[in-house]
Amino acid sequence: MNIDRTKTKSIRAAYGKALVELGKINENIVVLDADLACSTQTAIFGKEFPERFFNMGIAEQDMMTTAAGLASQGKIPFASTFAMFATGRTYDQIRNSICYPQFNVKIVATHGGITVGEDGASHQALEDVALMRNLPNMTVIVPADCKECEEAIKYAASHQGPMYIRIARTNVPDIFDESYKFDLKAKVLRQGKDVTIVTNGETLAEVIECANILENSGIEAQILHIPVVKPLDNDTILEQTKKTNFVVTVENHSIIGGLGSALSEILSENMPTFVYRIGINDEFGQSGEQRQLMEFYGLTAEKLAQKIEKKLREIK
Amino acid sequence: MDRDEIKRLENICKQNRCEIIKMIHCAQSGHPGGGLSATDILTVLYEKSMKNFPEWDKSPSHNERDRFVLSKGHASATLYAVLAQRGYFSKDELMSFRRLGSRLQGHPNTHIPGVEVPTGSLGQGLSMACGIAMALKLDKNPANVFVLLGDGELQEGSCWEAFMHAPHRRLNNLTAIIDRNHLQIDGTVEQIKDINPLDAKLKAFNWNVIEIDGHDVVAIYEACENAKKSDKPTAIIANTVKGKGVSFMENQCGWHGKAPCDADCQLALAELA
Ligand SMILES: Cc1ncc(C[n+]2csc(CCOP(=O)(O)OP(=O)(O)O)c2C)c(N)n1
Ligand SMILES: [Mg+2]
Repeated sequence: MNIDRTKTKSIRAAYGKALVELGKINENIVVLDADLACSTQTAIFGKEFPERFFNMGIAEQDMMTTAAGLASQGKIPFASTFAMFATGRTYDQIRNSICYPQFNVKIVATHGGITVGEDGASHQALEDVALMRNLPNMTVIVPADCKECEEAIKYAASHQGPMYIRIARTNVPDIFDESYKFDLKAKVLRQGKDVTIVTNGETLAEVIECANILENSGIEAQILHIPVVKPLDNDTILEQTKKTNFVVTVENHSIIGGLGSALSEILSENMPTFVYRIGINDEFGQSGEQRQLMEFYGLTAEKLAQKIEKKLREIK
Repeated sequence: MDRDEIKRLENICKQNRCEIIKMIHCAQSGHPGGGLSATDILTVLYEKSMKNFPEWDKSPSHNERDRFVLSKGHASATLYAVLAQRGYFSKDELMSFRRLGSRLQGHPNTHIPGVEVPTGSLGQGLSMACGIAMALKLDKNPANVFVLLGDGELQEGSCWEAFMHAPHRRLNNLTAIIDRNHLQIDGTVEQIKDINPLDAKLKAFNWNVIEIDGHDVVAIYEACENAKKSDKPTAIIANTVKGKGVSFMENQCGWHGKAPCDADCQLALAELA
């Protein structure tokens, strides 16, 4: 599998455009933002449908609970801000006023992960998937490219219930083509017998290239893309990981509580398997240019390949 | 304040503005708008109003230092420039701003000499400042606490929890300065979520409220002196211009979080010279 990594597109712009398309066909769609509409790209919707767009100001808690109120009356609110402020700041509001009553609120958080870049630790959400994943009734989606993001947004609008969709600040290459349809399934993107690399979000592009590097070293990697962290597609995961017996999880998130933890939980309960979690190790991030940070935290294709090769040698 | 002292302070403000522009240009990242609106306030605080020691030391021997909290943490470049100017660390370090591995992180943290508490997530500084003020009172320490907030930041409900708290505990050792530049990211504060009438709100919450021109060094100094004598917590509404000092950045939302290119940097520095 090959992707052209020289051509990248804004996944946030894809979100904004998808919202506008939805706004045209469903007048129950309303959009809220917290003074970051130009960054999250909800501003595009605001321009098209000013009467259904609410910039709530720098008041994320107010935004989430207002969204809950709107949803209680049949509206379909999409609420956006940076992942940092969309989850940690508003956790109680999301738990008690959105998830508990199972209201139809879609939280679309941008700037998830270390690639927030220069703003540094205070803005780098490395715990958001963990926070959202442990909430009953919540669906958690981490799309990898523009097409998948667009499809996930459409899916969110047409399916009842609270959802958390996490997208990156980073511009990403295209991975999926026009035929791609979103569902809750885990997706095998590459076959291989030596290791199953599990990932989602912006690290999928790295993992695809990493698998090519590993191939040159004679290691055959299987890629399992899991855009839906909750509810997990247990059947596909168990069926596919059985083939390699060695699982590596890669995520732009803390290794505690996210995709790596989710995989470890179901594997240890059903089919104890060696799981090597790659992500940010129980620490805060820091300022830096996006690519440098990916390098520093070992999330680039090359760094991933080195780590996986080393781990394979250790456990063999 | 005599004419020489005013000149001295205004000169330092100008130098600090130049550093801020250079830092953000060098990092190709940062927040010039709110950084420039707060420059005169921070400069006067550190150069004149606050008792502070450039040899950063949190031991009891430096307990009489006045405490500062930059609640609008995105004005980090301003704080770093002011601290370096005062000698907390070398000015050479300023150009490492926002770089991987640098001490001078995008938003202030406690590894930086002079920083009491980390900020960056808006709406948390005033509560931390209340906590600091309470600790000082418990220790019978006469030091003052100053905190700088953005006006958009006041949309965070948590600010108002703290605004309610400080007078309740009679925290007259606390001064909240509001950088009233009327802009946030997506537009004017009035358009996005109006906080007016701000002075009436703060008075109703039982604060000593002073309104000043936030670019007038004498007015800033006098308001701070007035605050130190107040028997209530003081709120200084400092009317400012976002991007102050660089004509093409003034009153422009677009310069909230954008770095100047080479040409813009040259232009800005020429204007400030
Ligand atoms: C809790 C939180 N929400 C959102 C942001 C993103 N943010 C950074 S600065 C800013 C606008 C701040 O406006 P204001 O307080 O008026 O500051 P100033 O105009 O002085 O720059 C926003 C929304 C943040 N840092 N923290
Ligand atoms: Mg402002």
